[in-house]
Amino acid sequence: MSALREALAAGRFAVTAEIGPPRGADPTVITRKAEHLRGWVDAANVTDNQGAHVRMSSLGGSVLALRAGVEPVMQVTCRDRNRLALQSDLLSAAALGVPNVLLLTGDHPRYGDHPDGKPVFDLDGVQLVWTARTMRDERRLLSGRELTAPPSWTVGTVENPFAPPVGFRARRLLKKAVAGAEFVQTQFVFDVPRFAAFMSEVRDLGIPERCAVIAGVGPLRSVRVLEHVRDNVPGTHVPDALARRLRGVPPARVAEEGVTACVETIQAVREIPGVAGVHVMAFGFEHGIPDILTRSGLGRADRSQADHTEGAVPTTVLPGGAHRAG
Amino acid sequence: MSGVMTSAAEAAGGPTPVRPRMRAGTAYAWHRVLARGAVTRWLARAIERSPAATRGFTSAERVSKEHLFGCRMCGQCALPATGYACPMTCPKELRNGPCGGVGGDGRCEVHPEMRCVWVEAHERAEQAGRADDLARLQRPVDQRCRGESSWLNHWQGRDECMWTEPVRPDREGVQPRSLLGRELGLTPVGPR
Repeated sequence: MSALREALAAGRFAVTAEIGPPRGADPTVITRKAEHLRGWVDAANVTDNQGAHVRMSSLGGSVLALRAGVEPVMQVTCRDRNRLALQSDLLSAAALGVPNVLLLTGDHPRYGDHPDGKPVFDLDGVQLVWTARTMRDERRLLSGRELTAPPSWTVGTVENPFAPPVGFRARRLLKKAVAGAEFVQTQFVFDVPRFAAFMSEVRDLGIPERCAVIAGVGPLRSVRVLEHVRDNVPGTHVPDALARRLRGVPPARVAEEGVTACVETIQAVREIPGVAGVHVMAFGFEHGIPDILTRSGLGRADRSQADHTEGAVPTTVLPGGAHRAG
Repeated sequence: MSGVMTSAAEAAGGPTPVRPRMRAGTAYAWHRVLARGAVTRWLARAIERSPAATRGFTSAERVSKEHLFGCRMCGQCALPATGYACPMTCPKELRNGPCGGVGGDGRCEVHPEMRCVWVEAHERAEQAGRADDLARLQRPVDQRCRGESSWLNHWQGRDECMWTEPVRPDREGVQPRSLLGRELGLTPVGPR
């Protein structure tokens, strides 16, 4: 059973983070990152050759995270595998006890470390979500052949509220929700008013009732990181006000200011109706996540208390979950 | 943006966004003229009886649609549901909408010198009053149809169920029809 699904179904504000697998065969890299997160997050994404750079696979990394006591969300992109390999990897994940999968299109190899490779994109992210739901709920492969034992993962996806065509982004998320996504993690939210406008559209479309929205956040701990995110992470939007704020403090205090800005963002998105959690992406600053969560009022103590007081109020209905309506 | 440039870009690695050379309204009008019906079905049958005629028709389709839309002959044309901007010219060949990497000014993530084909599609569909089309779930491409004529496949009814009705913001939890391949209606014909 997925603890992430349980948290979302119970209406408890969920926290996820990210574990990037190493460029190498050392399993302790995953173990170490997992130790920073254990007990602090409901689940942690294990990325799939992130940015089209070759790493240990997300399946391998997910199993290692599981062993280290952190519930994994296995990311699966359409970039490197065709529909046969995607489905068989999804089945392997289920067999190995990976409770959540995050299905996305993926970055193009052109700007990765193997630009000479063949981009696959046999399916797109929406179709992959649809495929996973078909496998789980209809117990069939894309070919129509029946599965001997169906998987049971929670299916997630991603959306970028800030990328053009902005007027289509909520609709696109609705497509993914209808295709079967039970939760969605967004691209970094640095611009809270723009995110709130997106969420208003998302609520109008009735998305939170079927797909929990988890806002992506992260600390910009140096001007260099800020510029890297703004210029090189596809589809991110860093408002000028935030850039001015980080440039306005002495170099020694930029890291602290970046963390403070992140904490403020978490507190702000938490107030937006329909936001079911935060996804903290920390760029190698995993050890700082407990501090960020504590300062945001999402520390271990706060959350176990919240379990007692708010646990019985489901705000999100997950298909296949215990609180499914109708 | 010309056919020549498309070929050069393809040699350099895969599909590249193409800005259509025909207004969306004009394309929709043509589609109505050439819609599936008794006459076009008869025509398709007649053409497909002769391999030479099929090849000739397919070549004509390739040349004209490559010029107009950067067509890559996927054999299962999505243009009528995408504001007549071809999603197969997206470097990721996305059929269900743009990826998350579109630049703030609408640039393609992979080819920043080009405009994202889905930004184009959204704009054209809205202008033509067909924005709802983008809310259709597009089933996976049948890779066996590549190189075939989409018109012949369409007139013969082989492209039915390629997409769903537009998904609606209802709260009933209505699920789309099954994704299963056997319902695609794109059962490939193989060697004729």
